[in-house]
Amino acid sequence: MKGFIAAWEYRDFFLNGLLLTIILSIVGIVFGTIIGVIMALMRISNYKVLNKIAKFYVDLLRGTPILVQLWMVYLIIDTSQLMAGFVALSINSGAYVAEIIRSGILSIPKGQMEAARSLGMNKRMAMTEIIMPQAVKNIVPVLGNEFIAIVKESAIVSVIGGAELMYQTNKVRNNIYIGMPPLMIAFFLYFILTFVLTKGVSLIERRLNTNDKNK
Amino acid sequence: MIKINKLNKSFGDNHVLKDISNEIRKGEVVVIIGPSGSGKSTFLRCMNLLEEPSSGEVIFEGINITDKNTNIDKIRQKMGMVFQQFNLFPHKTVLENITLAPIKLKGLSKSKAEEIAYNLLNRIGLPDKANDYPNSLSGGQQQRIAIARALAMEPDVMLFDEPTSALDPEMVGEVLSVMKDLAKEGMTMAVVTHEMGFAREVGDRLLFMDEGRIIEEGDPREVFADPKEERTRSFLAKVL
Repeated sequence: MKGFIAAWEYRDFFLNGLLLTIILSIVGIVFGTIIGVIMALMRISNYKVLNKIAKFYVDLLRGTPILVQLWMVYLIIDTSQLMAGFVALSINSGAYVAEIIRSGILSIPKGQMEAARSLGMNKRMAMTEIIMPQAVKNIVPVLGNEFIAIVKESAIVSVIGGAELMYQTNKVRNNIYIGMPPLMIAFFLYFILTFVLTKGVSLIERRLNTNDKNK
Repeated sequence: MIKINKLNKSFGDNHVLKDISNEIRKGEVVVIIGPSGSGKSTFLRCMNLLEEPSSGEVIFEGINITDKNTNIDKIRQKMGMVFQQFNLFPHKTVLENITLAPIKLKGLSKSKAEEIAYNLLNRIGLPDKANDYPNSLSGGQQQRIAIARALAMEPDVMLFDEPTSALDPEMVGEVLSVMKDLAKEGMTMAVVTHEMGFAREVGDRLLFMDEGRIIEEGDPREVFADPKEERTRSFLAKVL
């Protein structure tokens, strides 16, 4: 209890950290999704070069630790810790989002594309009218998991000195010389974030399914 | 109407179609039979370029559709296709399935497209299913709606790729009867099928395919009664 009272003195640290964690997460989610959509479109396009580039990107960023990526971004582009965090989270989650979108699209039976094309739709119209509306229902739940992963992974930005929640938590621990209570506070705050996110995703899921009376 | 010249198709090392030439004439019902793996579905799918031929030409209404400069999307609007697995759009109602292409591709108004759709639904005997979703319907109903969806574009020719092979036996009849009506109205049709009764009754011409070639062709009744080729005979002996 003494520890919590001591930690309360540092509530601004936690609030600032929480705020930055939220910003990091939002940036990671938004730009990760943008990069992911672009990479997924490149993966499924008819251009071999684009396929190769996208596949290489995904393999590279999924196949190496985000910790290494973060340090490399920080040292290579030589900017603030925060900017390095934004970039590393975005390019890393972009690779995962690309795979989620791609497998969501591939999960739609080939016959759907063939039926659309046989009616005379071009590939783009077949994608927007027939394939994507169905694929989105498979993509959203998995994408929700990825967003939650981004929130949790943002904690790694603390190792390069980005002043997000985990960084601030450690600072408080060092200041009050008590280890556990600040960690419990961080634990609780992260949980609130992911819990809200989970609820939001299942709300979207439910809305998508009300348009789908056949399930 | 559809002229096929020296068509070849390979999947890797697998030479599926070997130098096929033939013609589907206006108003004609051509039935294509043969053992599985004989290339008959691939042959049909090459006619609207769902399968891209490795070499050879497909001429549709005087236009070489294998030419890279041909807008295949425009051509396909005039070639209806019906699939073994129906391939209705599960996220759209029956009515939306039928009206989507006429509205989006031919620029019909919603009310005009729906008028056409209701006429077609009446014709196939499913006027009360307009607002249902495909997955709530039986296979036979889905396939009849798939036929209506293709017809809504008012195509010049209909391609059927084993339209009854995925159906429970008691539903085969309802689909074949829609196809028979269509044939009677003079629709040009190319039908890959295992339904020998339908082939004999409705077909104007029969193609028997094996190992990527057309082995024998002729009036279905004559071929069934007196096949000229040994391979046709042994195939028919097994299926009739």
